[in-house]
Amino acid sequence: MVLVKGGVYLPLYGAEDQTIKVNPFLMDVYPVTNAEYLKFAKEYPQWKKSNVKTLFADKSYLRNWSNDDTFQGLPNAPITNISWFAAKKYCECQGKRLPTMDEWEYAAMANEKVQDARKIETYNQFILNWYETPKTFNNPIGKTFKNYWGIYDLHGLVWEWTSDFNSVLISGESRKDVDKDSNLFCGSAAIGASDLMNYAAFMRYAFRGSMKARYSSQNLGFRCAKDVENL
Amino acid sequence: MKSLFTKNLITRMLLGISAVAFLSGCVNDQSDKKYNDTVDIPVNQEMIAELTSPPNVPTPIGKRMAKKLIVDLEIQEREGEMTNGVKYIYWTFGGTVPGSFIRTRVGDEVEFHLKNHPDNKLPHNIDLHAVNGPGGGAESSLVAPGHEKVFSFKVLNPGLYVYHCATAPVGMHIANGMYGLILVEPEGGLPPVDKEYYIMQGDFYTEGKYGDRGLQAFDMQKAIDEKADYVVFNGSVGAMTGDNAITANVGEKIRLFVGNGGPNLVSSFHVIGEIFDKVHVEGGDMINENVQTTLIPAGGAAIVEFRIDVPGTFILVDHSIFRAFNKGALAMLKVEGEEDKRIYSGEIRDDIYLPEGGAIQSMPTGGKKAPKEEMKALSLEERMTFGKDQYMATCAACHQADGKGIEGAFPPLAKSDYLNADVDRAIDIVLHGKSGEITVNGKKYNSVMTAQALSDEEVANVLTYVYNSWGNSKKEVTPDMVQAVRNK
Repeated sequence: MVLVKGGVYLPLYGAEDQTIKVNPFLMDVYPVTNAEYLKFAKEYPQWKKSNVKTLFADKSYLRNWSNDDTFQGLPNAPITNISWFAAKKYCECQGKRLPTMDEWEYAAMANEKVQDARKIETYNQFILNWYETPKTFNNPIGKTFKNYWGIYDLHGLVWEWTSDFNSVLISGESRKDVDKDSNLFCGSAAIGASDLMNYAAFMRYAFRGSMKARYSSQNLGFRCAKDVENL
Repeated sequence: MKSLFTKNLITRMLLGISAVAFLSGCVNDQSDKKYNDTVDIPVNQEMIAELTSPPNVPTPIGKRMAKKLIVDLEIQEREGEMTNGVKYIYWTFGGTVPGSFIRTRVGDEVEFHLKNHPDNKLPHNIDLHAVNGPGGGAESSLVAPGHEKVFSFKVLNPGLYVYHCATAPVGMHIANGMYGLILVEPEGGLPPVDKEYYIMQGDFYTEGKYGDRGLQAFDMQKAIDEKADYVVFNGSVGAMTGDNAITANVGEKIRLFVGNGGPNLVSSFHVIGEIFDKVHVEGGDMINENVQTTLIPAGGAAIVEFRIDVPGTFILVDHSIFRAFNKGALAMLKVEGEEDKRIYSGEIRDDIYLPEGGAIQSMPTGGKKAPKEEMKALSLEERMTFGKDQYMATCAACHQADGKGIEGAFPPLAKSDYLNADVDRAIDIVLHGKSGEITVNGKKYNSVMTAQALSDEEVANVLTYVYNSWGNSKKEVTPDMVQAVRNK
């Protein structure tokens, strides 16, 4: 894990004058891999493909695994088709936790050189291009860029779960939430979406907004984070 | 198709039987009753909607009664070809751009199943302009990859409507091809015609310029600036030309369902050499007659109808004409049958290609900007391959994919005496354009070709391709030869 120094940042989405304070935290350098998850499922058999409770994972959970002990693809490719419950439990079993959405966004706004690269065109184009590239979930970890904090693959490999993935702006039941949800579809999605930076973020928030905790998805993996003690 | 048809037939027979039963029993015969409010039209029975990919449309609704109509649409993010040698990642409703055509009638209760393929990376939804309700369905249909959302609506207003994805960022989802048409027919259906087709315009924004080879990413900045690299019918350059042209016979009545997905540009839809007998303006009830060009807004549609009187190739364009000849907004309708000299003598020339007069028009070359590194052809074989792509992208719109041109308008390049007589002249025409009368293979042409903004390498490739195809003299044109002519 590496240390991400805390700070204040302006979220990509919405809130114009509301900055968010992020405390220092530790984050995994890579997303969790197929091999690592297999080990976990062997240690905690209730998370095996055949045992998992439908309350905690839908039918797509580990959908590419041919049985409880065999994954498809590379051992060092990111694990995907994991529900939020499973990801959360995995991290807890390692003495860690899922990063919050603010922590994730804060760490992910860095490029190789700077802490906040969101205004840099190449950074945004990289993300947008990745959104459009199919089947990146097959790629091994650690092949995208190493960012300012020393973290790989926040962009360019798979989406990642966060602990409060549906808490901000677009809730899980977003369509009932009229004011906030208006960001989701046609009319008001246009408001304030004038630059590339917002476009890249829109996609992530839209993706998170479409998920529920028991859903699993081919392009969605996770990594863990941890509080910094004694600071 | 066949099984669907059979199913329809069975449904219709069943319907017929039930109608008889209703008549004899004196109850609820929907077809006899008029409803002031379409919301009151009852539905009976379920039916799986027939969906078709462009340019085809499903069977007309005819006299069928309102039903519960199940629409099953799968979203696929997939690679396709924008033009020869240019790849693009399209986001699609049903695997095609535009998406599957949906055909309904007023009073139908549509149960919509929107499926997002598990391999897809993004969530999507659908906003159907035929829906009365918030977001046009968008707010109930945000669907994660690997999931299916179901919602339902009653179609109340007849007309031709656009549907599109409305997930943030909306513009990008539409720019990548997520749009299509849903038709709502009035009770009793639209009057029958001989042929119906589905055409939809869209503008595309790529990292490279028109024709740049390889996989081209979406360019958000160009999209915001509304500087389209491609403006096409049915998702790609040439989707409806050459072998893919739509067809008809002389004397037939044609109905085109024309939509415009945008995201940005408004279409001036025109069929060269035809007058629309009828246009359902903006896809609604108002009918205008004898129309030359009809305006189709982004996110709008029109139904156009015309009778074809003479044979030939009719060119469908966005009459914002540079889009047609330089960006791909061109389709073809090939008509076979008997000529009728009273209607068209064969000698009248269509001046439509010269909106700015007869002077040679040149492409802006953007000053002396250093050209981007280009792929050089290393062999005659490669020159032919690159040349063919260049030809399909730049020349085929007029001179046709088979080099035969169009008599009276575009001179042939195939077995062309004019071409084979003088290679330097051919190079010069590509570089600097040509206007005025020329005679090719014994036929006179008086037209304008614009100067082409191509590099020496590109001119060499395309001319080599032309000279080595269709029975021409097999010369190889090199970049040096082009440069010599350019420097004259």
